[in-house]
Amino acid sequence: MAEVREDLRYQSSHEWVRLEEDGTVTVGISDHAQDALGDVVFVELPEVGQSVNAGDDIAVVESVKAASDIYAPIAGQVIACNDRLESEPETVNESPFDDGWFFKLEVTDPNALASLLTAEAYADLCASEEAD
Amino acid sequence: MLIYERSRAGRQARAQYVSAKGLDGQIAEDLGEHLRQSEVGLPEVSELETVRHYTNLSAKNFAIDRQFYPLGSCTMKYNPRGAHQVASLPGFLNRHPLAPDANSQGYMACLFELQNYLKEVTGMQAVSLTPMAGAQGEFAGVAMIRAYHAKRGDVQRTEILVPEAAHGTNPATAVMCGFTVREIPVTNDGDVDLEALKAAVGPATAGLMMTNPSTCGVFERQVQAIAETVHDAGGLLYYDGANLNAILGQVRPGDMGFDVLHMNLHKTFATPHGGGGPGSGPVGVGPRLVPFLPTPMVGSSGGESPTYRWLDHKDCPDSIGRLSCFMGNAGILLRAYAYARLLGGEGLHRVGEYATLNANYMAKSLEQAGFTLAYPTRRATHEFIVSLSKEAKNQGVTAMDFAKRLLDYGFHAPTTYFPLLVPECLLIEPTETESKAEIDGFVSAMAQILEEARVEPERVTTAPHTLPISRLDDVKAARDLDLAFSEVAEG
Amino acid sequence: MPFIPHTPLDQQQMLEVIGAPDIEALFDEIPKGLRAEKLNQIPAGISEMALGQMMNRRARQDEVDLCFLGAGAYNHHIPAAIWDLVARGEFMTAYTPYQAEASQGTLQLIYEFQTMISRLTAMEVANASVYDGATALAEAMLMAVRANKRNRSKRILVAGNIHPQYLETCRTIVKPQGLTLDVLDYDPRTGRVDLDSDRVQDAAALAVSYPNFFGGLDPVDRLTDIASAAGALVIGVVNPTALALLKPPGHWGENGADIVVGEGQPLGIPMASGGPYLGLMCCKKQIVRQMPGRIIGRTVDQRNRPGYTLTLQAREQHIRRGKATSNICTNQGLLVTAATLYLSLMGNEGLRQVALQSHAGLKNLVGQATAIPGVQARFEGPVFHEQVLELPVLAEVVVRKMAERGIVPGFDLGVVDAGLDHCLLVNVTETKTGEDIDAFISCLNAVIQSEMSPC
Repeated sequence: MAEVREDLRYQSSHEWVRLEEDGTVTVGISDHAQDALGDVVFVELPEVGQSVNAGDDIAVVESVKAASDIYAPIAGQVIACNDRLESEPETVNESPFDDGWFFKLEVTDPNALASLLTAEAYADLCASEEAD
Repeated sequence: MLIYERSRAGRQARAQYVSAKGLDGQIAEDLGEHLRQSEVGLPEVSELETVRHYTNLSAKNFAIDRQFYPLGSCTMKYNPRGAHQVASLPGFLNRHPLAPDANSQGYMACLFELQNYLKEVTGMQAVSLTPMAGAQGEFAGVAMIRAYHAKRGDVQRTEILVPEAAHGTNPATAVMCGFTVREIPVTNDGDVDLEALKAAVGPATAGLMMTNPSTCGVFERQVQAIAETVHDAGGLLYYDGANLNAILGQVRPGDMGFDVLHMNLHKTFATPHGGGGPGSGPVGVGPRLVPFLPTPMVGSSGGESPTYRWLDHKDCPDSIGRLSCFMGNAGILLRAYAYARLLGGEGLHRVGEYATLNANYMAKSLEQAGFTLAYPTRRATHEFIVSLSKEAKNQGVTAMDFAKRLLDYGFHAPTTYFPLLVPECLLIEPTETESKAEIDGFVSAMAQILEEARVEPERVTTAPHTLPISRLDDVKAARDLDLAFSEVAEG
Repeated sequence: MPFIPHTPLDQQQMLEVIGAPDIEALFDEIPKGLRAEKLNQIPAGISEMALGQMMNRRARQDEVDLCFLGAGAYNHHIPAAIWDLVARGEFMTAYTPYQAEASQGTLQLIYEFQTMISRLTAMEVANASVYDGATALAEAMLMAVRANKRNRSKRILVAGNIHPQYLETCRTIVKPQGLTLDVLDYDPRTGRVDLDSDRVQDAAALAVSYPNFFGGLDPVDRLTDIASAAGALVIGVVNPTALALLKPPGHWGENGADIVVGEGQPLGIPMASGGPYLGLMCCKKQIVRQMPGRIIGRTVDQRNRPGYTLTLQAREQHIRRGKATSNICTNQGLLVTAATLYLSLMGNEGLRQVALQSHAGLKNLVGQATAIPGVQARFEGPVFHEQVLELPVLAEVVVRKMAERGIVPGFDLGVVDAGLDHCLLVNVTETKTGEDIDAFISCLNAVIQSEMSPC
């Protein structure tokens, strides 16, 4: 059973979202998602400075058998990317919630986070997918 | 060992060229700053080394000429040597693509007749032979749909509908043609969900792309209702000819209501797959799309002894245009023409019959051997799906494991994990050119593997055991990209 | 029944297992009204012998004695070993190498091909080929728009001396995705293009052909530097034979070209009416994930032995569906086999000699032709193995009259540009002997004389 961290918000497309103390948010993919993808071989990150809308596909994570888009959870501007993933994409598998983060956003409206899935709702989603 | 590892500086295959003296000094003067300063970097080997190296490499391939190759959706039938031989006649091989029409009448006669044969087998009004593969035929077809709506000023049609079981080229093609894609669900018995389709069509619908038989290996029974739904909404209907072998001579896409289609001559018309190409993907159209066909095509003066000429954009001003520098994969067209002549109308009709007989026999035999068919209540068409989810769950032996183990038994694996909506699936297509004995051999190999999976699953999960290599590290291949040989890296 | 092995007994036993009375019953899910009539418009089948006789007659109809046409397809010598090996069933009747363990022959061969092409072009990576040179250029344009992160432009600046049929093909393929092709006029005196940096600002890429359609050599170093400095990618369209002598695109200017495409036909592929050929495609490693088509990588198996496999498949349509880099499924596998054999047999010196002799033969022909009164070279500057002759009469007439005498003298440029209707594009390869060239000259001379003489 994949880990779902309680202190994070999620999207149904399997990104996790963390509100940092300085008001920025960090985005990565869930343990469930990395497990479903299998060995990650490549990550394409957005450009720092890029403005994004909620729902824009701004990054790609690629395994041998699949490639998935990563969607911006809320509108904002990209302020940092995890360059380590370019040379060590396996970090996404090894540490999806910590070292394997994708990008950070400076968001216009932190309250928009409330519209994302809670950990509980996301755990239910994963359970229903695993049951299929 | 690579050909580069056989290379020795200064070794040459000297029979292949004459060296002329005295050109070297002149060339530097002629080309000046354009002269290459660096090594060309080709291997330096003798003619025998080359012949031996590549003959030995060829022995590492599975091929129709060596093995039964029941690869679903790929129609790996026998490729007649006679068709290859006549397409390789010197007059055809040496003909320059821009040769004057007066020096091209033999070639153009073959193409003109092939255009007519393909109209007949598909029930379409006109055919263009120029697309170079199925995917390019799809592109041409969807580009014609786009041109048709544009010509009518109907520019809000931006969406192509695709059943979720469709081959990946369908959505990829729609996007290449500037459309967005909407997927339509498929019901549990493999048909398009008609209610979902009715809810999806509307003023934004440019067209629907589908195969029939579908990638689920069953005939879409409601095809007329689907056609009506899409046409009523103002959209056009695209037929992906990937599975045309199933219905050759039995039912024609034009009669089913399709407006445009492509054919895969490298499947249905038995031209060789060549280790991944060349293919050939002619397109056929109903009346509404005739003006938009890609050029060039062959026109005839008609009469007792016709003369032929190229039709280009001057003859077809609304054409979507040219799709290759010259005229598609001409040599493949000649092979397909030869195949059609060898079989004739009656022979082509039998193709669909015996492809269907073989698939239904094989499906029933596998079912009797204990396998689960994905659509047990349906007739198989030219292909069918076995699902191994039970075996995967109980023995931990997946469809991929079965596929790899089949290689040890001397059979090429069926298509695995396609269509995506059937878990742990094998898509199996025997084709009409395989004998009952060959099919029986395959079924008995499958039964033995099933038994191995029960008593000795590792034997299956670590297969193949008898080939030049075992399973490869695909993750390493994608992470540490090594796409060209480098002596330096070898140390 | 041609190619159907069933005996009546087989058929009966198979139907019994299925539980169907006859074959017709297997089609009972098809609505009755849809069943087809017989295929009456297709003639009855014939034997292989009869087919051979008929096709021999047709093929002979199309033979010519001598052909000096180039314009994108070139008549080079093809070593006998090539098609003997290519026609082996193990190469010809294999499928796309999805099952790597059962396809190491094809896979290793493509890896060797990728190595040869990347070295010949001095580029970091090559793919397993696309359909032909023209579609390779169209794919390169789409790729450039995806890969150019510096501007989001969909404008491609194209040298106006690129093969006109390449340009037509590109228009067909890239237009639906909203790309615009901005054609850069060539200098009417030299046939070459030049560029100022304003023109290339905000373009996704510059596409330049080397040699160009007229056989000439554009200032590729300068063009590459100007385009790169303006943030555009550089797409080179090359002739692989020419690269034995010419500066490879990986070395153009300061940084080299970004994407390189070309027609692989000169590498052991017969002219065969235009196909099947193979489109060469290479790029810098940095943008390899934007490259369409099959790519083979080397890796190891479970016992650490080297092996070859399709890699970077997540870019492709069967996985990425609507977001794939292209809808392309195949490469031109069989032609890759031929090209790889050709490059092995030729080696460095062989390819160089083919290129040198083609160039020398053209010089010989042009030297003699321009001695005919009224005939001159249309453009000045260096050429490889093809050149434009300006004639005192219509090129269309010269082509027709010389073809009647068994010599196809070249390509009538009036077909693509009315302003060049007196111009003939002539190609010479190593296959043309001194006598062949003499025959060309005397025939040309005779035709011009008869056309010029007052009747």
